Amino acid sequence: MCVTCGCGRDHVHDDYDHHHHNHSHSHSHGNGNNDVQDKLINLEKDVLYENALLAQRNRGYFDAKNIFAVNLVSSPGSGKTMLLERTLKEIGSELKFFVIEGDQQTSLDADRINATGTKAVQVNTGKGCHLDAHMVLHAIQDLKPDENSILFIENVGNLVCPSMFDLGENERVVIMSVTEGDDKPIKYPDMFHTSGVCIINKTDLLPYVSFDMDKAIENAVKINPKLQFFQVSCTTGEGMDKWYDWLKQRQAELNPA
Amino acid sequence: MHELSIVLNIIEISEQEARNAGAESISCIELDIGKLSTIEPAAFDFAWKQGVRGSMLEQAELITNYIPGKGRCSNCRTVFDLNALYDPCPECGEYLSEVVEGKELKIKSIRIEEKLVT
Repeated sequence: MCVTCGCGRDHVHDDYDHHHHNHSHSHSHGNGNNDVQDKLINLEKDVLYENALLAQRNRGYFDAKNIFAVNLVSSPGSGKTMLLERTLKEIGSELKFFVIEGDQQTSLDADRINATGTKAVQVNTGKGCHLDAHMVLHAIQDLKPDENSILFIENVGNLVCPSMFDLGENERVVIMSVTEGDDKPIKYPDMFHTSGVCIINKTDLLPYVSFDMDKAIENAVKINPKLQFFQVSCTTGEGMDKWYDWLKQRQAELNPA
Repeated sequence: MHELSIVLNIIEISEQEARNAGAESISCIELDIGKLSTIEPAAFDFAWKQGVRGSMLEQAELITNYIPGKGRCSNCRTVFDLNALYDPCPECGEYLSEVVEGKELKIKSIRIEEKLVT
């Protein structure tokens, strides 16, 4: 049972091999003296510090190569993969993109991305409900993204767990769709609190659903006043140009003058 | 169920510390968990029972301090109790910009039995 590493292949974890529990360790205390004393060890240690270290390592890699890394989070079915497909088809020739796809099972999403001509690797988390910095570290080693590119990291469809795990990204983008409730931000506040951008997808369906756009934005701003919004339809392409402008601008900002 | 991976992280860190100190088991562990840390207490307890089996924490007493949330208003800087991230400031009605307490997720201490070397 390891939800720490989703790589699912043989590799050496170098200095991080202690991720895998070794319960069969043995060592001798020498003299067989059974006298024991109680000892309190004050740790004050962050439970996620290992993830934080690896996230910083990823961040350093992105910084050094001028890579703009975007962590895409949402509930299942909000259109993350379709957003990527459309983005890659429409501006894939202007900017260099790479994609890490996170899902519990299958390589279906990576296949969809590869079909657009963009290089993608799939990370299967097995029973794990989120990507962590360690999985992303291995995925980067596989993918070898170019300098001055944009790296999309599509997280596992889940609005709760991925919020806790920093992957080293430059920006966290939360996606919701108008077929979900406009109360989603206050039902799942953590993801909206930790994101910088909110994409509201499937706007072409607004005439058919009871979704209240103003209410949804109002709810999201209650949690995070700094959120920046894009209203898009990945089916019709409506509103996508503003998202593309934002991507181009953020990538350009990384390039040294 | 990210609670299980959190439990596994706690086991890994505390076992490493206990081994470094030459201990073979941990008798007590104290955790600080913020109420805004996305840890669901019931899910955590369930994951704990499953996760600690066969580990040095199997018999350990678990002390969990759930830390209430506190926010600082982005407008008037008032610090107030925060039960949810969307609670408005009681003074001016603004929504917060900063969580100052309640996001904790850390191991405060472990208690081990240290063998006396004679």
